[in-house]
Amino acid sequence: MPIKLEIPTALRPFAGKQASVEFNASTVGEALRNLTTTYADLRKHLYTEDGRIRSFVNIYVNDEDIRYLEKENTPIKDGDTISIVPSIAGGHDVL
Amino acid sequence: MATVTRTPGATAARTLSKDEIQRYSRHLIMPEVGMEGQLKLAQAKVLMIGAGGLGAPLGLYLAAAGVGRLGIVDFDVVDVTNLQRQVTFSTSDVGRPKLDAARDRLAGLNPKIQIDTYTTRLTSENALDLFKDYDIIVDGTDNFPTRFLVNDACVLLGKPNVYGSIFRFEGQATVFNYPGGPCYRCLYPEPPPPGLVPSCAEGGVLGVLPGIIGSIQAMETIKLIIGKGEPLAGRLLLFDALAMHFRELRLRKNPNCAVCGPNPTITKLIDYEEFCGIRGEETPVNTNGIPEMTPTELKARLDRGDDLFILDVREPHEYQICHLNGHLIPLGELTRRVNELDSSREIVAYCRSGKRSADAVQFLKQAGFRKIWNLKGGILAWSDEVDPSVPKY
Repeated sequence: MPIKLEIPTALRPFAGKQASVEFNASTVGEALRNLTTTYADLRKHLYTEDGRIRSFVNIYVNDEDIRYLEKENTPIKDGDTISIVPSIAGGHDVL
Repeated sequence: MATVTRTPGATAARTLSKDEIQRYSRHLIMPEVGMEGQLKLAQAKVLMIGAGGLGAPLGLYLAAAGVGRLGIVDFDVVDVTNLQRQVTFSTSDVGRPKLDAARDRLAGLNPKIQIDTYTTRLTSENALDLFKDYDIIVDGTDNFPTRFLVNDACVLLGKPNVYGSIFRFEGQATVFNYPGGPCYRCLYPEPPPPGLVPSCAEGGVLGVLPGIIGSIQAMETIKLIIGKGEPLAGRLLLFDALAMHFRELRLRKNPNCAVCGPNPTITKLIDYEEFCGIRGEETPVNTNGIPEMTPTELKARLDRGDDLFILDVREPHEYQICHLNGHLIPLGELTRRVNELDSSREIVAYCRSGKRSADAVQFLKQAGFRKIWNLKGGILAWSDEVDPSVPKY
């Protein structure tokens, strides 16, 4: 079983409108790199120009924040779910 | 500056009147609430920030539950587009200040509580004063600067922050700053810069979604007051309405948190608009260096027969509402589909209000396009300036 990567609503337009994708990867970093290679539009939403994950985006493996695990080196195994959780404020017209 | 009005209501009562016992009987017959819990509710002071989509069910359920003192902060006026989800209001309230309408509705539901309305924008200058008399703050706001302001003020004053937020059909809820628990900055140390806010891509909300999340916030507030059940402190509840799926993620207190950590660098309220890279009343587009064309100018050039390529960067469902016969490439697909554009032609990009198309123009300029314009104000401005038959949405 590969790992599942859940795409939050706000980023689905940049990920081919998918709610989740599956990859084979052994670390969180590898999974995210696969994701942003397949969906290049996502890269600027997830990464700064110098290649760090943006601080308003949180990445979870199952229910644990990777900041408290091994960050992008957090190992993942088959059946794990990676969740991308951006901050949302809702409501205010930003279109 | 802040207009404060108070409805006469029960002062901090030690006993419940016969009427109140009857009113709250369904609470009183539950062992989890009982007289003790209802008295706690009667003596509780809750401040709601925002009387909109989240504030509607929140205010209604807190008033119904008998929260003794309910404060509400909002400076907005009821608009017809609010009625799709802000169920405290009636059609006859359109044009009234939200707090006038909310006060009428909530006092009508429960005349026995004290309702304090603060018709003001929440700012760094007034937040601490507004918050200090309340026990619990409930964040039902709709923008990042206020989220950070509410959080920081709650941490500085030691008050729990019952948080809810929504986007389209997804919601989040938690209790920040519960004793020993994380605050908003533990989860999000910094705001997204404007122009990169994920919600720029698509907006809108299923009207009932804030009804669900706001009700969850009311539930969490009541649980904190009566001291029963497990609060969402340290847990981020994620809700996907389309999948009808709830999930929980673990929230940890950040040991290096700038505001609630042991070595805080934030010890007073700051300029949150500046922190979020925003200045002014609403999120402006960073138009520095973005060439713009007004709808009037565009119309004149089209009438003259100029060869302009109109690029529409909205979503297909928006195109169905109204369009200017442009070539549709949603902003989220622009990187992948840029080869559909001919850089030798003069291109005018538009969206609903000019913000997404400004992003598109910036991207295309960086990609080497030289003859590229942003339609200032988007199709909304086109409707205002050129063709009022184009519907606004």
